[in-house]
Amino acid sequence: MFIIPTVRSFWRTLELDRPLRRDIALVALADGVVGVSFGAIAASGGQPTWVPLAMSPTVFAGGAQFAALYIVLGGGGLAAAVVAGLVLNARLLPFGFAVADVLDLRWPAKLLGSHLVLDESVAFALAQRDPARRRAAFLTCGVLLFVVWNVGTVAGVLAGRAVGNPDALGLDAASPMVLLALVLPTLRDPRARRAALLGAAIAVAGTPFLPGGLPVLLALLGLIAVGRSATGRPDTDRPGAGGRVPPRAEGRA
Amino acid sequence: MTLLAIMVLAGGTYAFRVCGPVLHRRVKLSEQVRWMLSVAATVLLCALVATSALTAGHSFAGWARPAGVLTGGVLAARRAPFIVAVVAAVATTAVLRLLGVR
Repeated sequence: MFIIPTVRSFWRTLELDRPLRRDIALVALADGVVGVSFGAIAASGGQPTWVPLAMSPTVFAGGAQFAALYIVLGGGGLAAAVVAGLVLNARLLPFGFAVADVLDLRWPAKLLGSHLVLDESVAFALAQRDPARRRAAFLTCGVLLFVVWNVGTVAGVLAGRAVGNPDALGLDAASPMVLLALVLPTLRDPRARRAALLGAAIAVAGTPFLPGGLPVLLALLGLIAVGRSATGRPDTDRPGAGGRVPPRAEGRA
Repeated sequence: MTLLAIMVLAGGTYAFRVCGPVLHRRVKLSEQVRWMLSVAATVLLCALVATSALTAGHSFAGWARPAGVLTGGVLAARRAPFIVAVVAAVATTAVLRLLGVR
């Protein structure tokens, strides 16, 4: 007797999420191509086949995998490769706190779900207002990216050198573009916007001088500066200071 | 790469990921810190957008990529469908490179 309403509400959730699933599929397609190029670069660089195949499911972070691989292929030490990868991935710590509500599940699900904390899954989750949609977006994106990332890596290893340069197709513009589209709704809050703009400026300014990953972490200085300057009323928008704040639209990404 | 190096990288990465979901109920956070943690994700994502759009390695990525990201970003801000914005970004970058813009 309880089954029919349960099935119906589940179906409604799926109906509601159809455009969202299409967006997630698009992101997965782009990331799959990056996975193929990771496998291909590792294989054609002379690494044993098992290296990319072991890295993709366990590390599961594109930027860190490429950084570690390039350091090793360039003759750098293993310690440097590991440290570079870990510095790049340190941003996953605050990301984990940002989606902690989404992962408020039973222990096995919580521990497994934590492996899905990624730039894209966190960005999709943050773009949703409704808690159920947040969780659905996070988990769908995380699981799908895990699949395409690993399938892509295997395909790349098999294809080896045959894969061309994804930059020629403009695919390197896809990942910043995707994150930008997802983060736009959260920038309606004037204080978040100020912190984000300041942080982005710090990160870009630091990139020529600092090892990879650190500039992005330094962006948090922007947050600290804005957080300090506006103690007291954390949730008040200030009309007049930053122009009119448009009414919040439902996250559509 | 050795298996040990991969395991250390994978283990450290997982440790970063799992801290928030496991610890968020045990640590009592002030309102200020909670606000900061929620905005921290936005700030870090924006910094990723800026650095990955503008830089490659330690230097400027060239004009084609930021031009594509800007085109897609303007479309997304004007409520164009997500797929249109992403395809426009990729196409802009690809066409500019085809025309010889670096």
